[in-house]
Amino acid sequence: MEQGESKAGVAEWVQGDAGAAVLRFSGDWTLAHFAELEAKLDAIKPDLPERPDVDFNDIGRIDTAGAGLIAVALGPQSLQWLAEHDRDVPRELRALLDTVSEAVAEIFASPAPPKRNFGFIDLLDRIGGAVEIIWSNAKTLLGFVGLTLETFARTVFVPKRWRMTSLIYHMEQTGLDAVPIVVLLSFLIGAVIAFLGASALRQYGATVFTVDLVAYSFLREFGVLLTAILLAGRTASAFTAQIGSTKVGEEIDAMRTMGLDPVELLVLPRVLALIAVMPMLTFLAMMAGLIGGGLVCWGSLGISPTMFLTTLQSDIGMRHFWVGMVKAPVFAFLIAVIGCLEGFKVEGSAESVGQRTTSSVVQSIFMVILVDALAALFFREMGW
Amino acid sequence: MNAAINKRADDREVVIEVRGLRSQFGDQVVHENLDLDVYRGEILGIVGGSGTGKSVLMRAILGLRRPDAGTIRVFGKDLHALDEKDRVAIEQRFGVLFQDGALFSSLTVTENVRVPLLEHTKLSFRDAQRVAALKVALADLPADVRHKYPSELSGGMRKRAALARALALDPEILFLDEPTSGLDPIAAASFDTLIRTLHDALGLTVLMNTHDLDSLHTICDRVAVLAHQRVIVVDTLEKVEHFDDPWVHDYFQGPRGRAAETAHADATSG
Repeated sequence: MEQGESKAGVAEWVQGDAGAAVLRFSGDWTLAHFAELEAKLDAIKPDLPERPDVDFNDIGRIDTAGAGLIAVALGPQSLQWLAEHDRDVPRELRALLDTVSEAVAEIFASPAPPKRNFGFIDLLDRIGGAVEIIWSNAKTLLGFVGLTLETFARTVFVPKRWRMTSLIYHMEQTGLDAVPIVVLLSFLIGAVIAFLGASALRQYGATVFTVDLVAYSFLREFGVLLTAILLAGRTASAFTAQIGSTKVGEEIDAMRTMGLDPVELLVLPRVLALIAVMPMLTFLAMMAGLIGGGLVCWGSLGISPTMFLTTLQSDIGMRHFWVGMVKAPVFAFLIAVIGCLEGFKVEGSAESVGQRTTSSVVQSIFMVILVDALAALFFREMGW
Repeated sequence: MNAAINKRADDREVVIEVRGLRSQFGDQVVHENLDLDVYRGEILGIVGGSGTGKSVLMRAILGLRRPDAGTIRVFGKDLHALDEKDRVAIEQRFGVLFQDGALFSSLTVTENVRVPLLEHTKLSFRDAQRVAALKVALADLPADVRHKYPSELSGGMRKRAALARALALDPEILFLDEPTSGLDPIAAASFDTLIRTLHDALGLTVLMNTHDLDSLHTICDRVAVLAHQRVIVVDTLEKVEHFDDPWVHDYFQGPRGRAAETAHADATSG
């Protein structure tokens, strides 16, 4: 099918040997001339008798698209008749026309694609559907949390079933490898908060309380929240993609048929690893935030590191540190469980892996902030 | 051959020429000094044990893998020496059916077939849609499958959808990697018939990797055997069957080989 030299096909009535009109096809009947060929056939279609005499001897190139057009124009009955009576049609071309004509018949018989509606009722319908999905998601999540805890309870007293290699591997991946980014970000945010505090408090001549601001916010909230959000983006997505692609490759089904428990093998090591490393990362984030804030205090407010530390020691109780720290394992559990669960929800395609990954990040950040808000209320009521 | 059908140039025109090909992965040499000619208008079956590099050879011919040594010419041109535009022009003359279909998972079956039509031809959207539907029907897929996504299809259906996409541009050379593996015998037989029909009518050149002895008997004009890192023999099936090599002997004279041969002999005589 060299392009360029190809000439569009022609279908015309000519005088046949027997005197009767013969429909003669010539030229190239190929995809390149599709629209043109169809127009020509449409033009002669009204005059087409039920059983036309057809001459294919001068036809040039023909492909399935061109054959499809001819088959549609002549119709199945004529083709049938031709197949039985016209021995001039070469065997190969006849086979092609027959094959194509079967296919074409099916196209005409096929239903139109389902129509999408955009009316008010459909809007309500979709809202209802979405609410139902949220409800069933919540149930699935709770169920999965239960399953994970149950599996944990079953394996915790059987050291033979501890997956140490996997656990350590995930601790390295999710913990050690995340240190630079967590520390850097916390350091920068600490500095930013100190700047903000300094400019806001200056109006009241209370710049010295910048230290308290940085310390309170980082110990109670920002250290753990920043870490959690980073890990939700970094780790929950990784868990979903890892488990999702093993699901696409039927590896999870393979595990099940071998009597291996995917929750025990895939989920527990990830969840435990994250629970183990997240408090450490949170601690680093708190320290980095304090250092960032402290540097700004020193540089722009003239509060020396010694003074910073003294204020820290006298004003800020240890309980603020624990209020922040105690949330770390809870957030870790949520992030890991959501990441793994979304991975199990992947179905078949690469696109589904993408959707689930997005959903796992959004859900885990949402859950972290929700739980954090509830915890803030609780701690406030308790006076901690 | 009747003049009415696509005129074939010299029947012995070489469309794919592989010379001295070496493919290696690290220290592992898969092909060494491999030569192969594919003639225009033939159906060439490539057989070989697992791991002899059938798929690697196909990928090399398609230009997906740069040869570690040797040259591969398709239509007389080395794909890696061409500029982008010429390469794409040649690639449009290929239709490829990958082993697992390699359909785009985010598109429905018709959309998959429509992609090359919209990208490489001047068809209007509506015409492309109809031509795509025609190809899907040609590949023997029921109409309701057309709007489904690949993940909703069975393995055999995915394979046929992939064939429809491979045929989208009515290619001159069709590459089939294990086309009938995973198909039931009826589907495999109708697949063979379809390939044969298209081959006869359009003058397609077909290069297929296969383990299906029935396909070899029914549709292949010639068979190439890959072993010992090269093509040890290329000839008609009758001659290849009696080639003196232990692997070839086991392959064709084993119980399955004999069964396929008998079945084919019965079919042609009866």
